[in-house]
Amino acid sequence: MLEFVSNNISTINFILINIALGLSIYITLATGLLSLSNAGFMAIGAYTVAIISTQSNIPFIVGLMAAIALGVALALPIGMLVLGLRDIYLAIATLGFGEIVRIIALNGDKVVHLFSQNRELIIFNGAEGITLTYRTPTIILGLPDTTWPILIYVIVIVYILATLHNSRFGRILASIRQDETAASTLGVNVVHYKLLAFVLGSAIAAGAGALSAPIVRVIDPHNYVFSRGVDILAYAVLGGMTHWVGPILGATVLTSLPEALRFLKDQRDIVNGLIIMLSIIYLPAGLADPRIWGLFKRLVSFPKRERVS
Amino acid sequence: MIPEQPKPLLEIRNVARVFGGLKALENVSFNVPRGAICGLIGPNGAGKTTLINMISGLGPLSEGAILLDGQLISGLAPHKIAERGVGRTFQNIRLFGDLSVLENVILGHHLRQRGTLIETLLRLPRSRSSERDSRTAALKLLAILGMEHLANVQARALSYGDQRRVEIARALALGPSLLLLDEPAAGMNSTETDGLCEFLLSLRESSLTILIIEHDMDMIMRMSDLVVVLNFGLKIAEGPPDFVRNEPHVIEAYLGSE
Repeated sequence: MLEFVSNNISTINFILINIALGLSIYITLATGLLSLSNAGFMAIGAYTVAIISTQSNIPFIVGLMAAIALGVALALPIGMLVLGLRDIYLAIATLGFGEIVRIIALNGDKVVHLFSQNRELIIFNGAEGITLTYRTPTIILGLPDTTWPILIYVIVIVYILATLHNSRFGRILASIRQDETAASTLGVNVVHYKLLAFVLGSAIAAGAGALSAPIVRVIDPHNYVFSRGVDILAYAVLGGMTHWVGPILGATVLTSLPEALRFLKDQRDIVNGLIIMLSIIYLPAGLADPRIWGLFKRLVSFPKRERVS
Repeated sequence: MIPEQPKPLLEIRNVARVFGGLKALENVSFNVPRGAICGLIGPNGAGKTTLINMISGLGPLSEGAILLDGQLISGLAPHKIAERGVGRTFQNIRLFGDLSVLENVILGHHLRQRGTLIETLLRLPRSRSSERDSRTAALKLLAILGMEHLANVQARALSYGDQRRVEIARALALGPSLLLLDEPAAGMNSTETDGLCEFLLSLRESSLTILIIEHDMDMIMRMSDLVVVLNFGLKIAEGPPDFVRNEPHVIEAYLGSE
């Protein structure tokens, strides 16, 4: 077990980060919002940590907090601006935001030079990005000290989402997803709760980006292009969008599948794509489909008393 | 005749609604006294649902004003109007199908739920006791409607008549002073309709005011204190059921003229 973990630690790190990203888009999808700005907020988090750790000696945990705070601070005005849009229009607007973040990261030093007289000052380093110095991680209780924060982060997010899911907040978000007009006639301030979901999702993505920085070590704009946003969406789509278990399954499968299929060599991507296609066709509600869970429960437990219908 | 009351609960004042060139409603005015059941009838396309949508804030007024309890509510957002005490059901049932019957009704109770995001995340007592109270209140409502055994069933799995009743329970959970019902008996058989009638009449005892759109004339004539008739966006008659029933304009609108 320990050997398996240490041999695959890089894959495990990415699975955990992708779970956090999948959960970040889940909360907006569960509210009926197709927002694709998660890659952008991930970039904001990653750059925040990268810049703080290259320009100062501030500890990582403070950088992480700063990244999440910046995510919230940016998500609030942007959410107010775009959440009046619906469906595909919201998707396009949020995608636009992701592109803006990427372009700013690419040309960040030009912005810096507007404010600083020091022409030599390089912070963003354009397309090459910021390279963090490698530091051999210390092993604590069988896991490297770079993995622990990610694992704890994922556990905290799962706790938050599971608690919300079973509270009035989860119920309200689900009601907005299913029929926001009906929800509004029950006194639900739809805009308010949409903004809550958007800000939460953005903060989670920013935190995931921050935690990914020490793992990927090279923070360049190319990491956060359109296809990254689509990858994040795929975790939730494959896993299922009605329960927080969905994106966890989706991110785990989609991140580990290419590794598990490594023996296929050149045919790997074809088989990988085929598995995703088939699962979307035959499991439209995702891997966390309640029907699968029902079947699973029936197989492992004794039949309970008859349900009144 | 209903005794004249000083201040009606609902006042519709010269309301008009124009869609492009089509006048869906034109200069409609009437009052609904507190505690009354008001039937809103008229042929298809008369503007009944348009009017109810405007009262609940789902459609803007082109002209006029709507007052609840003497206060202007037209122009407010739907959730603000719900806060003022207007509950409603929809012609095409709009339950949250993925959620259970109980969750649907608890959502109606949402305005009285307490506990901030932080309190909920820390599972503090206030949010938990509030959740418990809502659950109890919702179960009580379902029990009154004889549906407590369906509490944990997914809303979309219910029969049509049951869905209509859950929608009414959800609107009542809001604790409204005015209940708007858009064809609540549509798709119900005569036994179910009778049950619904009795239930609505029992609500009036608790001083609830009801504005009801219905095509079932028996039901309207039996229940209403006041009937308002719309035709092509115009109010053509208003009065107690017996008066409206014999009004020539109404007979013409329903049966056509020679």
